[in-house]
Amino acid sequence: MSSDIMVYVELENGQPKRTALELATVAADLAAHGGGKVLAIALGPNAAGAADRLGRYGVDQLLVSEDPIFEEFLVDPHVDLLARLAQEFEPQAVLFSDSADGRDIAARLAARVGAGLVSGVVDLVAHGDHVDAHESIFGGNFVTTVEVQNARLGVFLVRPNAFTPKESPKSAAVRTLDYTPGDDVKRARRGRTVLEEGEATSLEEASVIVSGGRGLGGPEPFALLEQLAAEIGGAVGASRAAVDAGWIPYAHQVGQTGRTVKPSLYMAVGISGAVQHRVGMQTADTIVAINRDPDAPIFQLSDLAVVGDLFKIVPALTAEIKRRKGA
Amino acid sequence: MNIVVCVKQVPDTTARKELGPDFRLNRAALESVVNPFDEYAIEEALRLKEANGGEVVVLVMGPPSAEDIIRKTLAMGADRAVHVTDPALAGTDWSGTCAVLSTALRRIPHDLVLTGTESTDARSGLVPGGLSEALGIPLVTYAVKLELDAESIKVHRQVPGGYQEVQTPLPAVVSVVKGANEPRYPSLKGIMSAKRKEIQKLTLADLDIDPASVGLHGARTVVTASQARAEKSSGEVARPETPEEAAVIIADFLQARKYI
Ligand SMILES: Cc1cc2nc3c(=O)[nH]c(=O)nc-3n(C[C@H](O)[C@H](O)[C@H](O)COP(=O)(O)OP(=O)(O)OC[C@H]3O[C@@H](n4cnc5c(N)ncnc54)[C@H](O)[C@@H]3O)c2cc1C
Ligand SMILES: Nc1ncnc2c1ncn2[C@@H]1O[C@H](COP(=O)(O)O)[C@@H](O)[C@H]1O
Repeated sequence: MSSDIMVYVELENGQPKRTALELATVAADLAAHGGGKVLAIALGPNAAGAADRLGRYGVDQLLVSEDPIFEEFLVDPHVDLLARLAQEFEPQAVLFSDSADGRDIAARLAARVGAGLVSGVVDLVAHGDHVDAHESIFGGNFVTTVEVQNARLGVFLVRPNAFTPKESPKSAAVRTLDYTPGDDVKRARRGRTVLEEGEATSLEEASVIVSGGRGLGGPEPFALLEQLAAEIGGAVGASRAAVDAGWIPYAHQVGQTGRTVKPSLYMAVGISGAVQHRVGMQTADTIVAINRDPDAPIFQLSDLAVVGDLFKIVPALTAEIKRRKGA
Repeated sequence: MNIVVCVKQVPDTTARKELGPDFRLNRAALESVVNPFDEYAIEEALRLKEANGGEVVVLVMGPPSAEDIIRKTLAMGADRAVHVTDPALAGTDWSGTCAVLSTALRRIPHDLVLTGTESTDARSGLVPGGLSEALGIPLVTYAVKLELDAESIKVHRQVPGGYQEVQTPLPAVVSVVKGANEPRYPSLKGIMSAKRKEIQKLTLADLDIDPASVGLHGARTVVTASQARAEKSSGEVARPETPEEAAVIIADFLQARKYI
């Protein structure tokens, strides 16, 4: 086994997603501890183009295959190639982002090579011969320390936003892999993508979120939140009550059965703060709540609690911020 | 069209959770329910069966008490259930769970294996991938819609902002998302007939699984410590007289912290 750390890079328009930079950052720390290298893997058309940005965040070598198969088929080719690389390089750990694709590929890879698998990872700490993974469980109410045993390799699914990308410039060398996919990986074939909303919302990636709840009373007032969010560069989230009422699509739901977010600023507007909502947002750096009920539970975890009517306060706030930015 | 739905018994999520001295969830203190995410998989299986014929079998790995939630799935309309239960399973992790479920699945004829997207206690969503690998069949997760034809299945797979169409040969493992359908409530007739439906009990010996390969000993991960999250203390409270005053208070706060 080497002390190298492998990172699986998810791409968006040919560039690494923010989560990939988070993985590179923690991998660079782990690798430095054991004297190993950070090996990143990017698959699909134009993957080599990710090298510059990845190098800036501490990646030593980028392994790429630009075969179109990685866009045509789900999971199987990715696992096939990763399993070969795990065998060839014998890394100490492979890091994935805890996303839909990350979960699928990581689970299949760990099952194939007999690795230990830990999800919900919020921290990784290198010790002499092993890595401690800190796993967030029960919606962040507990953090457990998990160690891999009975396995040579640890596969870790890292929570988006658990790490802040930190630059540590290297010039990542690109190695193009010689990979010819067999027919056995041509199974789950991807077809067209249908977007139901104007644009894809990615709450997990947002650093500012303005969320609305039942207090909004209908779909139209979400426009007020959109205007405020636009002014402060944020995305719009929602409580389940607002989603269940059909005021806003499910993709916006924050909480136990929705997204888990960790923005630097979370504004809760007309949301009471039920425990199932809190588990999805309570680790935000700063929480501001607007609610007309002085006893709303959301106020217990707010850095700023404003008691009042959202319909009057939100437009006034948007105007005030506009005024200050203009000044 | 034979469908097996993997269903997990989980503690009621609305209850407060505690960890025992071994850092495992103190399940005894909590009431158990069908994993809420699995209800969508059961409903999808029942609809596929109604349209295409065949059999819906529920597969559960869990303690003897899981029989209650198994009856509920039979009352919803599943034809029969397989319940893998064995004292040696206590403390089984992801790898052991996948080994046991996939071994059981090999003995139940299936064209399709459906799961929930994740369990509310583990929340990892990793069992579907483990099963697909162990069975050597394709995996499609986050299905919002399933359409069958003879040898294959078309899945609408949820992606941010919409869905992607995925076509895969059968058999396959497919996980069904919350909201894909509206799970039915058991009817009175369903509840009555559930009492007569078969629940096949299997032990590790029945499945030829070495008890040392599962449980805490067989686990590939071990929990060595646990910490409860520190409660965040509440901060400033403002009761402004006018909306303009509120706007100034919030804007000052955001400006001081460099959000604007
Ligand atoms: C298994 C399970 C899973 C769940 N998962 C989630 C989840 O993922 N996410 C989630 O959010 N919930 C979830 N819930 C639901 C959760 O329990 C609450 O019901 C939900 O969060 C309540 O949403 P809310 O705060 O918008 O509504 P309410 O609790 O009705 O609160 C509305 C708030 O708006 C305030 N208000 C009303 N009018 C105004 C006004 N004009 N100005 C200012 N304030 C006003 C009220 O004072 C009140 O505090 C789940 C529940 C269960 C059982
Ligand atoms: N012990 C179990 N018995 C049966 N099915 C399970 C079990 N554990 C997990 N599953 C299935 O796998 C899905 C994902 O669970 P998890 O990977 O634990 O989040 C669940 O929704 C179930 O369909």
